[in-house]
Amino acid sequence: MTRKKSFFDFIAENRFIHILFSIILGFLVGAIFLAVMGLSIGAAYGRLLGSVTSLKGFSYVIVYAVPYVVAGLSVAFSFKTGVFNIGAEGQFVVGSMAAVCTGILGASLPKPLLIPLCFLAAMAAGAVWGIIVGVLKTKWGINEVLSMIMFNWIAFYLSNFIAGIPAIKNEGTAEATKNISENASMLFSKDFIKSAGLAPTANWGFIVAIIVTLIAWFIIEKTTLGFELKAVGSNRFAAEYGGINVNRSILTALAISGALAGLAGALQVMGMGKRISIFTSQEGFGFAGIVVALIGCSNPFGVLIAGLFYGALMYGGSKLNLEGVPTQLISVIVGTVVFFIAISVIFNKFSGIHFGRERGANGGALKAADKKEEKK
Amino acid sequence: MMNFVNSLGIILFATLAYSTPLLYGALGSCFSEVSGVVNIGIEGMMTAGAFTGTVVAYFTGNPWIGFLCGGLAGAFFGMLHAIATVRLGADQTIAGTAINMLGPGIVIMLAKVMFNSTDTIPLSASQKMPKLFAGTFDTSTLFGRFMDNVFAAYGSTYLVFIAVLIVWFVFYKTRFGLRLRACGEHPQACETLGINVIAMRFACVCISGFLAGLGGACVTMTLSTQFKPISIVGQGFIAIAAVIFGKFRPQGALLGCLLFGFCSGLKVVLGGSSGVNMQLISMIPYVVTVIVLVLFVGKSRVPAANGKPYIKAK
Repeated sequence: MTRKKSFFDFIAENRFIHILFSIILGFLVGAIFLAVMGLSIGAAYGRLLGSVTSLKGFSYVIVYAVPYVVAGLSVAFSFKTGVFNIGAEGQFVVGSMAAVCTGILGASLPKPLLIPLCFLAAMAAGAVWGIIVGVLKTKWGINEVLSMIMFNWIAFYLSNFIAGIPAIKNEGTAEATKNISENASMLFSKDFIKSAGLAPTANWGFIVAIIVTLIAWFIIEKTTLGFELKAVGSNRFAAEYGGINVNRSILTALAISGALAGLAGALQVMGMGKRISIFTSQEGFGFAGIVVALIGCSNPFGVLIAGLFYGALMYGGSKLNLEGVPTQLISVIVGTVVFFIAISVIFNKFSGIHFGRERGANGGALKAADKKEEKK
Repeated sequence: MMNFVNSLGIILFATLAYSTPLLYGALGSCFSEVSGVVNIGIEGMMTAGAFTGTVVAYFTGNPWIGFLCGGLAGAFFGMLHAIATVRLGADQTIAGTAINMLGPGIVIMLAKVMFNSTDTIPLSASQKMPKLFAGTFDTSTLFGRFMDNVFAAYGSTYLVFIAVLIVWFVFYKTRFGLRLRACGEHPQACETLGINVIAMRFACVCISGFLAGLGGACVTMTLSTQFKPISIVGQGFIAIAAVIFGKFRPQGALLGCLLFGFCSGLKVVLGGSSGVNMQLISMIPYVVTVIVLVLFVGKSRVPAANGKPYIKAK
């Protein structure tokens, strides 16, 4: 191309800058809403920034971010295979319930045994939830979005049912499960938290999140399995022609994706939550995972950063009430960010380049991320 | 016998009441999906309609104006979705996810500003959606009570069944419908025949939002009397599920919605009698759907061009 590169070319070509631009626009739209409602922009954003930059605030952000990061990895993994894992919500719920049950019933086991056992139980539960949907899709051709929505609700009521079983239910009046055993808790020691001035729920979960991020990156980028999954995501017919068993790939991807979402559930209850309440509405961790995966361009490291960003907004948002600002400002900001991420093509329009992006029915998100890689 | 007839009447009443909002959402989803645009934002559009419907009904005192405005609020978010996906070729799933965050975010924020609470003020009986034929039947007899339960339904319920007929007629008996379906199957071919694909899809996504908004308004104006953040929890997704269940046909979506509505109705009736676990009963609709899918419905063929942005060739 001989034409001189414009500002819009720059944005269109650089995925990172594009997302940064979307985030700025998100805060701008948030500011407009604040101004229309007659609230102080400075006070609101000041509170948002101030609450996450102190040491204690930042430790809260990390605690909040851990389940979002891992749920985001789950969705990102499914995007790579061209499956839209809207079922992460249900997989998260069964995972957290499996971890809670293991954490309550296995109270007599020592910590080094019980914690991995909780993780395994959660991952197995999430994987089963994913595989059921996968089998319905590959064996009977049932649309996975439909069955995932169904299984989100089945997980929801199953969790509520289990929470009411006498062996699991709280003895008190609380409509919740018992607390998990101390041996299943991942919290830092109380003395350390006090002396370091961290959030009372500060825990080891972030180490797990980082390790899982690395593993996910390794699987996607460095293994044959990852290559096959990406091939199926890009063009399943070409992949099939190339000798890849497409159905098995979809099952594998859903199993891994489900296991990750289940693990996210375990991290949530073993770190921050300690127990599960009887739900009245869906908790939304899985849906948050979708948003985090989108902001992170389905790249594991991107998801790690996006999860932190989302955690910061969620924690900071919970402090907005102090300024008389509705917490929902955060939804508006994040919604706007996602909206502008969706219309990445708009920048291409300005720059005069038309990417005739070929997309599968569900694999749209990963193509945007892969575009960058194709250039390499 | 008497109990049975009574219960049957109540179940039928609840089935109709619960399936109405779903059906509006499903018809909306049909319009969008069949024209080739994935609209996962039905949930957000319903929330916008739910809030706007109650607020307008509360301030004007006229439920029908509220109901209509609920639809318009949904249409506004439908238009946002259309601008992003149809005009600007955005990724449809991502844009829909954004709508699902923006819709509830904006209206709950408005609720806080207007009512200093996330809930709106409950509607009085005259502001609520009226029941048609209320008092027509003599409720002192068993038969009358049954008829009253079934036919003294909310106005919105009668409307939605008419709407199903209209949508079916539009889809399969009019030129507009033929073009609409063609846009979802092969937009390039449409364009060569002089059909403006962009305009068709834009209109369909807006209609989709309008219908979803009406569905949201139904929830807060019939099943409940006020808007709460938990008014719309998953109905939009269930509506989408009903459409896939019904193989992207309005008449199929009707069956799907009635199935979900019936299971909700069953829940209401069985909930009174103790001994059965509520959580397990609540699970029934979803399990039944999966079983029905596997046994009877099978593969649902998605419109061929669904999900693919159409970029006009120069």
